[in-house]
Parts: sequence; C-alpha cells; structure tokens
Amino acid sequence: MKVAIVKYNAGNIRSVVNALRRVGVDPCVTDDPEELRRADRVVFPGQGEAAGTMAYLRESGLSAVIRSLTQPVLGICIGQQLLCEHSAEGDTPCLGVFPGTQVQHFAELWPGAPAKVPHIGWNTIRNLSSPLFDGVREGDFVYFIHSYCAPLSPYTTATTEYGGVKFSAAMRRGSFYATQFHPEKSGAVGERMLHNFIHLCHD
Amino acid sequence: MLAKRIIPCLDVKDGRTVKGTNFVSLREAGDPVELARAYSEQGADELVFLDITASHEGRKTFTNMVSRVAEEVSIPFTVGGGIHELADVARLLDAGADKVSLNSAALRRPELIDEIAAHFGSQVCVVAIDAHCEDGFWRCFLNGGRVPTERELFAWAREANDRGAGEILFTSMDHDGVKQGFANSALARLSRELSIPIIASGGAGNMQHFADAFRQGLADAALAASVFHFGEIPIPTLKHYLQQQGISIRI
Repeated sequence: MKVAIVKYNAGNIRSVVNALRRVGVDPCVTDDPEELRRADRVVFPGQGEAAGTMAYLRESGLSAVIRSLTQPVLGICIGQQLLCEHSAEGDTPCLGVFPGTQVQHFAELWPGAPAKVPHIGWNTIRNLSSPLFDGVREGDFVYFIHSYCAPLSPYTTATTEYGGVKFSAAMRRGSFYATQFHPEKSGAVGERMLHNFIHLCHD
Repeated sequence: MLAKRIIPCLDVKDGRTVKGTNFVSLREAGDPVELARAYSEQGADELVFLDITASHEGRKTFTNMVSRVAEEVSIPFTVGGGIHELADVARLLDAGADKVSLNSAALRRPELIDEIAAHFGSQVCVVAIDAHCEDGFWRCFLNGGRVPTERELFAWAREANDRGAGEILFTSMDHDGVKQGFANSALARLSRELSIPIIASGGAGNMQHFADAFRQGLADAALAASVFHFGEIPIPTLKHYLQQQGISIRI
C-alpha cells in the first residue's frame, strides 16, 4: 500500500504523517505528479488560507493533477474546502471536485454572532453516510479548527452543527473523500477513519 | 454540539515535566510523552506544554520532545515558552505542534501576532495573558508575572483578537495557585467582548470550579495543572461530573 501526501504550501502535514504511521502505513510526502498518480491512496491535508494555497496549486500544476486522480483521495480541512467549487476566503475559485459547492465564512451563515470564530474544539458528527465512517457512531466527537465551512450539499456525508447552522463535516464524490475536521487529531475515532480510508474497497 | 474543553498544562524543563505526578500507570515519572499519552487516554481534549528552560540547549531538547509527542499523541497540543519570532513558530509547528502560545513576546512586539496569523493562520496563534487586578484595573504582566506593564487586560485582549489571534488564554495571577476558582467575572467579560474562544486558567481547586468557569465565566475551555498532575481531580471523574451538570463535554 503506497500512500502519498500532497506536498504544498499549507501547514500541518507532519500531523498527518504521524497519524498514518500510527495506523500502520508509511506515507511519502511529495509534489511529484507521477508519484501522486501511482499511489494507492492520496491525502490532501493542510491548514492555511484558500487564495494563497490555490494560487500555489495552480502555478505548480498540482491542481490539474489532483483533479485527475482516480484512486481514493482524502482532503482534510482546507483540503475539503479546496475540493469545493469556490471559497469566499479571498473570493477564490477552487478545484471544483464537488461541483456547485460554495465555501463560506461562518459569519455569512449566521444571523448575528451566535458563536465564536474560529470554531475550535471537539464537536459531534451526525447523518454519517460513507464507508469512511464504518465503526464510527452517530454523535461521536471529532476535532475541528476552522473559520470557513462548506454548506450542506448532495456531497455531504456527515453534518455538524455550530452556531445553530448545520454544515458539511464530511463530503464525498466518487473516489474523492473529504473532512472538515482533523481525523489525524481526533483520537481513536479519527484513527478509525484513517484506517477505513486505507482499507477502502474501491471499484 | 461543541464541547467545552478540558486542558492539562505541563511545565517542561530540559525535556522533563517539572511538577510531580501520581499517575500510577507511568513507567517513568516526568517523561512528557508518557504523561501526554496518559492524559490523552483519560480524555483530555487538548494539551499545553510550556517550555520553562532558559538555555539554547534546552530549547533543542524541547523541540525534540514536541516531535515525540506529535508522533505518539492523537489529540491537539499547544506549545509555549521561548517564542520570540516567526522562526521559533515555524520550528515548533514543523516539529508537529498544532498551536503556539505567545505571552511576553506578543506584549513586547504585538506585530508578531499579525505575522503568525498571516504566515500560518489565526488558528495556530494562542495569545496567553497573565494579569493581576489592582483596584479594578486588570494589569498585564511580562515574564511569567514578574514584570508589570501599562497594558490593561481587556484592551490588550481586544487588540490581540483584532490582530489575528485564534484564542485567548487568560490566567488571573490573583486566582492562580489559590485553588478558590477561576476569575469568572473577568472571563465572562472577555468572552462577551471578544469574537474568539477564551481559555480559562488559574484557580482550579475542585470540580465545581470548572462548571463555574463554563457557566459563569462563559469560558470555551479550562486549563489546569496541579489538580490533574497530583491526581486530585481525575479527568474522567471531572468530565462525568460536568456532563451531569448539563455542560456539553466529550466523553
């Protein structure tokens, strides 16, 4: 099993490497298109800001590579947001793997300011509908740290409520999986999801 | 529903935790990695490590410790102490820390907050504030509470928020170590005036104090050291107590 992590100008790659090692795989971190295409699994992680990371992905040619991948891909946090169609952060056109999805700031979704931003900490996930969540229960807690989120869409595979609004905690379209939360920082529940991702049966 | 966070804080000197613990499960008392793993298994929601080493060599040891914690622990952790410039932040994040906590360095040069937010994002930037109340004036202090400044708590917290801090970690020097509860009225004012999460620190003596920090102090998270390290309040017991009080907690 060869697992590649997309190397780009976003932070928090080290945590993903460590977490994958804990579930028994030794990933490589690479921006080489051939290596990414050859991998059995690709993880697209990161923390960062949409406009700067998208600019980097375009200029480096990685945006086209990521879109063309056919093996299971897992986007995490900003990775999920960049797989959407557009992000309000810096008014940024994104990869469009989840067509029509518009990433918004929490403040745009709320009437008033019912909660703090960033949304930081452990929150529950519900309406789970993805093989990523085998063995994960409705209402399990996972770790979030973000100010922007993807609203509910046909691609939503888990929901979380914050400030009275539900958003996409996880998404999927075909072989592209994504989570807004950080499975690599979500204790045993998160490790279960990474294990599931590694062991997905894909046609 | 977002859970209130329980955060043990570990002081680290030359790569070893300073305060004693009575965790019977530890093979080696004082090993931060063992302690971090034990806290994680008990249900701690995050961890904070404060480097209280002064020497350059100690800093390297601390960075190595951060790498080992990141390898072994699957919950988020924040590191603080000895952060003066962007390069320090990069070093600690590269080692695997999730967030950094700034204290004196931010008071001396507030632009550091803007720089960290721009380079790494607000979410990694925790601004820690030590303050002491004199006749109703909450004065901020430098160097672990040893050096007074002219800064006032609420104005400084507001500025840190506006410059791009992701969270405020507020320690009341009047409550710290006294075990009579957190500074709930100041915490509640911070929580109402700021748009970012507030971590309460200083004063935990019993389980009710945590409930009060969340209910009266409106804190998003509560941090403590000795009550956890000495086993006075086991984290699973605390979390069940808080849940029974109707507070949103991750069990």
